Amino acid sequence: MLQVRIHGRGGQGVVTAAEMLSIAAFEEGRHAQAFPSFGSERTGAPVVAFCRIDDQPIQIREPILAPDVLIIQDATLLHQVDVFQGLKLDGYVLINSRHPFDELGLEDIAERFCRERFITLSATEIALRHLGRPLPNAVLLGGFAALTGLVGLDGVAHAIEHKFGGEIARRNIAAATEAYEAVADATRSGASVAGASQEATE
Amino acid sequence: MKKQIEGSRAVAESVALCRPDVICAYPISPQTHIVEGLGELVKSGELSPCEFLNVESEFAAMSVAIGSSATGGRTYTATASQGLLFMVEAVYNASGLGLPIVMTVANRAIGAPINIWNDHSDSMSQRDCGWIQLFAESNQEALDLHIQAFRLAEEMSMPVMVCMDGFILTHAYEQVDMPDQAQVDAFLPPYEPRQVLDPDDPVSIGAMVGPEAFMEVRYLAHAKQLMALARIPEIAAEFEQIFGRNAGGLVRPHRVEDAETIVVALGSVIGTLQEVVDTMRDQGEKIGLLSIRAFRPFPLAEVRAALGGAKRVVVLEKSFSVGLGGVVSTDVRLALSGIQLHGYTVVAGLGGRAITQDSLLRVLGEAIEDKLEALTFLDLDWDIVNRHLAREAETRRSGPIAENLLRDLGVVGAKVY
Repeated sequence: MLQVRIHGRGGQGVVTAAEMLSIAAFEEGRHAQAFPSFGSERTGAPVVAFCRIDDQPIQIREPILAPDVLIIQDATLLHQVDVFQGLKLDGYVLINSRHPFDELGLEDIAERFCRERFITLSATEIALRHLGRPLPNAVLLGGFAALTGLVGLDGVAHAIEHKFGGEIARRNIAAATEAYEAVADATRSGASVAGASQEATE
Repeated sequence: MKKQIEGSRAVAESVALCRPDVICAYPISPQTHIVEGLGELVKSGELSPCEFLNVESEFAAMSVAIGSSATGGRTYTATASQGLLFMVEAVYNASGLGLPIVMTVANRAIGAPINIWNDHSDSMSQRDCGWIQLFAESNQEALDLHIQAFRLAEEMSMPVMVCMDGFILTHAYEQVDMPDQAQVDAFLPPYEPRQVLDPDDPVSIGAMVGPEAFMEVRYLAHAKQLMALARIPEIAAEFEQIFGRNAGGLVRPHRVEDAETIVVALGSVIGTLQEVVDTMRDQGEKIGLLSIRAFRPFPLAEVRAALGGAKRVVVLEKSFSVGLGGVVSTDVRLALSGIQLHGYTVVAGLGGRAITQDSLLRVLGEAIEDKLEALTFLDLDWDIVNRHLAREAETRRSGPIAENLLRDLGVVGAKVY
């Protein structure tokens, strides 16, 4: 079973991201379970959502304590919440940031785990370019598909279409596709930052 | 058709397939998405004819439901927590009058302290109100139970609560197999009321009854619940024939045949418990699991038959009778009258406290060694409890408990779950 934990803040579509991921897995013929851990339900408050994917029906209902994949939608959480809690030693980590780990103060943590499975993606920047709003959730799912290969970009696109439809879906799919390519490029070249504009990385 | 949807949406679509005439809606978490979904289906015309009423409170929701059911309309509403408490007087009237309303309770804790998360305190507070109470293990079962609930309610002419865990089920996206309209129509005939307010054939419903017949009217409510005990498994069997799925019924045993230890629970925690029981079986423990799917009427004979041969029974419940202990446990003990065995109550998951496999493995291991306290609170933080008790012993004006405990804990937002 594959277990994904998504951290973000209220208003960033954290719960929607987990739901879309479950739809993508379902579209690929797998079983999936997505659920939120609602807290204070305020814009900006820390929010966690979970997604399990398996080839068999999933019956456990506990929160995900030992994730295979972490998606961090908001890098300001890194020093507020123990987001790495329980992460498997060979786990994947995708962080929404234009900065590499050392600049985020994560170099030590990345070394403890499987470094080549850690990547940052400037998802907010990509979202602003395509959607005009800082909503990184669908963008990060595109990056997730490229980083892990655990769902396909087609599945992600289908889930976005299912959830939003119309123009909003079209723009989100374009953004997710850009993220997918950026992460694929970065992992090929061994870079630890994907999708940051030239200006930002200089 | 297989779909990957939210539990609340699945229930909304399932209720719509039952062709309700009237839906009374008042929002309260975690139930709100269900009536929102039904509102969308009525507005788009997919559910038609149906009158969707936004009422001004839960008390109004149940009162309107009573009126519409008494005039022969198939009637649905949903609530949770304080919402259920607010409608209680009307809840008792609905069952006392024998009106087959179906209501979802998206199980949630009751304040104070205010808490929006899941436990079974709300529906358990209404265990004596005369409604049938069915508990769902999964979203598939929740949607299936609503279809069975209308059939059962209308046959018996009594109301049915379908209890599903708030957030854990209502807000979970998972795969469900949504039946088609023809299947539901084949299973659920049009509503034929036993009593109806009809201007062309006037009757009154709701007489005042004195000591001369009150006991008899109340006994008849009990007699009907006993009849429901027989009908619930039959309806589940018919359901399985048409829909090809096992859902509902009174109890569902899992690996109890030769079990020395049997865990009893209800609702969505059954899934996690099933994993834990299978893990312990792999380790050689003779352990089994009993899911109580119908809590009212309580299946005394079935519970006794499933548990009577065990050495020990652990009732794991998300409800708590302050000053006594377990709620479900009390009923399970009654079912086991005269049988000698070790009985344990584990109160777990109050106010949304996560029930993890690790904690279950630990507590069940202690039970097997008969080292468990008769009443145990799973993962209780004794540190902050004792700190507060010390504070109270030391200072008269020790302040409000909830605020003190939160201060002791520090920043809650820093926790992962």
